[in-house]
Amino acid sequence: MTATASAAAVHVAGDVGTARSRRRLPAWLGLTPFALYVLLFLAIPTVLAIATGFVDGEGAFTLENLAALGDPVILGTFLDSFWVSAVTAVAGAVLGALVCYALLGLRPDGAVRSVVDSAASVLAQFGGVMLAFAFIATIGLQGVVTVLLADVFGINLFADGVWLYQVPGLLLPYLYFQVPLMVITFMPSLEGLKPQWAEATATLGGNRFVFWTRIAMPILAPSFLGSVLLLFANAFSSYATAAALISQGSQIVPLQIRGALISETVLGRENLAGALALGMVLVMVVLMTAYSLLQSRTERWQR
Amino acid sequence: MTGATVRFSNVVKEYPGGTRGLDGVDLELTGGEFVALLGPSGCGKTTALRSLAGLETVTSGRIMVDGDDVSTVPVNRRDIGMVFQSYSLFPHMTAAENVEFGLRMRRVPATERRERAAASLELVGLAHLGARYAHQLSGGQQQRVALARALVTRPRVLLLDEPLSALDAKVRVALRDEIRALQTELGITTLFVTHDQEEALAVADRVAVMRAGRIEQIGTPEELYGRPASAFVADFVGLSNRLPGVVAGDRVSVLGSELPLLDQAAASGHVEAFVRPEDVVLAADGIPATVVSTSFLGSLRRTVVELESGERMTVQHSVDDRPGAGERVHVRFAGAPVAVAAL
Repeated sequence: MTATASAAAVHVAGDVGTARSRRRLPAWLGLTPFALYVLLFLAIPTVLAIATGFVDGEGAFTLENLAALGDPVILGTFLDSFWVSAVTAVAGAVLGALVCYALLGLRPDGAVRSVVDSAASVLAQFGGVMLAFAFIATIGLQGVVTVLLADVFGINLFADGVWLYQVPGLLLPYLYFQVPLMVITFMPSLEGLKPQWAEATATLGGNRFVFWTRIAMPILAPSFLGSVLLLFANAFSSYATAAALISQGSQIVPLQIRGALISETVLGRENLAGALALGMVLVMVVLMTAYSLLQSRTERWQR
Repeated sequence: MTGATVRFSNVVKEYPGGTRGLDGVDLELTGGEFVALLGPSGCGKTTALRSLAGLETVTSGRIMVDGDDVSTVPVNRRDIGMVFQSYSLFPHMTAAENVEFGLRMRRVPATERRERAAASLELVGLAHLGARYAHQLSGGQQQRVALARALVTRPRVLLLDEPLSALDAKVRVALRDEIRALQTELGITTLFVTHDQEEALAVADRVAVMRAGRIEQIGTPEELYGRPASAFVADFVGLSNRLPGVVAGDRVSVLGSELPLLDQAAASGHVEAFVRPEDVVLAADGIPATVVSTSFLGSLRRTVVELESGERMTVQHSVDDRPGAGERVHVRFAGAPVAVAAL
């Protein structure tokens, strides 16, 4: 290499070095506001909320709040939260996966696909008072559909009780945002299935059933289970929809926490809210651990 | 093992809207023959291969394997082995499990399945990597496993859909030669799709050059290169200098030189002549030119020169001649027959 070429190489190397350090700095800076935000408004409040579960009204350490988690009423609340979340997560995941499968047949750049994609993105965030109102207005006690069914067909939707305003009534509204959430989280995985895998299966003697059961499903399983977990967490922590629909009692954990914090009939149990929050965190930790164990079985073939 | 015969009879593939992917393809592969389908993108070569595999349904015509019409037979019953362009190993299975898959579909007992899969991996030189997953293998290794997977069921026909195109140059050449050696050893009838003319000429017994859904010419690599049936083939197969010429009788006048015609019926009057770089030589006298660039290609050298008329020509010559850019040289034609096309 000539002296000039060496100099040029050094110059280029120097440029690369400078460029690298330049690139690093903005990356740190870019993350800082978000990290601060998460720290201030998620991590610290979570730790404080849980910590309150270990102190009494006077600020002294106690395990009394934690012991209250064993109260049959509290356990029942956890059970209700768990089954509502599990049912809507599994049903939402299955229905959402079927929607994704149907979408696969459409052109990715087609109008229908664009509309469904956009709708799913919006509806996945549609939980809350608006959603509760939509259900009350349609299938509530005096809802349009309820009145129509009663007047025209003589069908009473609430013959067995006002289920929409109790825990089972949460299933339909929750599915309303769980299915679209599944669509937006699972669709990329389904699109990641290579057409060549199906064609290779066929040339090797397999049919469509073989492809889906032996190739596609095992490949999609980690992503599907991850989505189920996400849907479970989404339902388990959902508050506004339930709060708007259920006005009597605290039948799921987030409502129980609200009750402990603001109840005018049961005073002096504010710190129970912290213990309940700890219970919720523990449930999620157990589920995520189970998911990690499952995930570790597929890691050996995943990049 | 004697390979199966394959015959395409007037095969047409028409898409909605009337576009024809295949426009009356007639092609015959004898048992154990290695035929390459060569052509530019969109010429129909992959469609032809996929039609034989059963991955495309043909609009009309017949595809026969060993005399059986397979045109309407489902893909999973055609007994075809196929290697795809992009890596297609099942990612959740090891290399050995991938190779076993076709045998599993045929309900081969587990012991025999494992033995045959191991033997097939041995055939492609990867017996020691049977426990690896696809992402733990290089591109070349993945395509070798795909080849083992395609061969383990002892299919009647092997289809190769640009299996080398995703590999780097050195691996491509090595695997190309291995595939050919393996094919010769097994005697399996093979249809190989590629857009790389060098690859097609290097490995195939015969090459079918396709254009716009039709086979433009089929012949041995030597026939295609030495006696192209059309200007398209002359231009597509190998390098050609495209020069203006005038046909008179059985000769064409190119830049003042009279050259014999490959095909006298090809065109008359003013034409475009296709002169191979090896049919042009650097000489002490002849057509004056200026060297534009020169490339060392190992055993030979190619030099681009610009004539006084502004035409550019590529000359292939010995590596011992090393003309420099800007150098004044002379070129002349060696006098080999040339293909022409009407302007």
